[in-house]
Amino acid sequence: MIVAERKPLEQIEGMIEGMQKILVAGCGTCVAVCMAGGEKEVEILAAQLRMRAKLKGIQRTVDEITVTRQCDREYLDQLAKYVGQYDAVVSTACGAGVQFLAERYDDKIVLPALNTLFIGVAEGPGQWSQRCMACEDCILDQTGGICPMTICAKNLLNGPCGGTNHGKCEVGDDRDCAWTLIYRKLEKLGRLDYMRKIQPPKDYSVMTKPGRYSHEAYEEAEKKEDKE
Amino acid sequence: MSDQTAPEPKAEPFEPKVVAFCCTYCAYTAGDLAGSMRLEYAPNVRVVKILCSGKIDAVLLLRAFEDGADAVYVAGCNIGDCHFLEGNLRAIRTVAYTQHLLREIGLEPQRLEFFHIPASAGPLFAQRANEMTERARKLGPNPLRSRRTERAGGKLQRQPDPHPPLPEAKLGRLIRHEERMAESQTP
Repeated sequence: MIVAERKPLEQIEGMIEGMQKILVAGCGTCVAVCMAGGEKEVEILAAQLRMRAKLKGIQRTVDEITVTRQCDREYLDQLAKYVGQYDAVVSTACGAGVQFLAERYDDKIVLPALNTLFIGVAEGPGQWSQRCMACEDCILDQTGGICPMTICAKNLLNGPCGGTNHGKCEVGDDRDCAWTLIYRKLEKLGRLDYMRKIQPPKDYSVMTKPGRYSHEAYEEAEKKEDKE
Repeated sequence: MSDQTAPEPKAEPFEPKVVAFCCTYCAYTAGDLAGSMRLEYAPNVRVVKILCSGKIDAVLLLRAFEDGADAVYVAGCNIGDCHFLEGNLRAIRTVAYTQHLLREIGLEPQRLEFFHIPASAGPLFAQRANEMTERARKLGPNPLRSRRTERAGGKLQRQPDPHPPLPEAKLGRLIRHEERMAESQTP
């Protein structure tokens, strides 16, 4: 899941300065789960913006809508009837959702209300941690399901380095050494021989931005259609 | 509604509106007890009964302030006494978070508070009600309330529907603030 946090109200307030009609558009998928931009957070942000305006004596209308996902055109179409009535749309989606919304309604001012953090998991109530950095070449089979690319400060594929310090990283005592975790896990699985394998240098060329991907099934179908 | 604003008589003293979200098992029962004990407490307090203080939500608390409450408090069981084990712990967290939201807006966070009121503490219920009313009096009127007589949002149902409709998913539906307010104002 994509994890995000809400921007400080001051910053959002600065973006919409001078605008009268605001639509707060939420996203009901990842950011709803990490309590940053779902239905409830949209209600909170809209209420805050309204109250702030009233306290300052500014005329401002703030309405709310939450769609299932902002990263699919089908759901963005649901906003078509409404966006024309507003000066700006404040999107509480991740960076991808904000961009897609801005692309779909390219004559509208679309503003981000969140800072997108990482791809992660829920550690407990209200706590998330990064687990994947989308390196496009997964090696979790070699490392007992622990990602050295994400957890190791140096992204080492053949570790540990000399900086491992009783299971912690030399960068900081609050970080675990990924390769100690991997060693312990492989030991538990009885696959310590994997530690002796040398990983070839990582092909960083596949990580070029922006990433693009099309599903094979669709590619095949398109080719067939082209032939006919 | 601002067009109806009439100059209010200055002689009338400020009477705060205080909303108390009380949990059924402790605080509300304590309120009942306070009544049975014939204890007198500030009539400014409007009690809203909730099943558990853990039910309280930042959205509800913000809305109370947006609709013009001068002070709001959530009253739940003592730590360890919650009927649902940890509802009051959640409420404490929600109240602290909402105080942060109020600070962001520029409204005094002291207008919101959490109290532990056990079911046997009728006098404590009265004391807390007076305490919060006094605090609201000191802080002055909520600047979000445009008129002293403005009705707060929310329907008062004398005979609640025994089978209320299940909450519907609101995904993809536009919620206009104006319409919601108008809906809540109709008796």
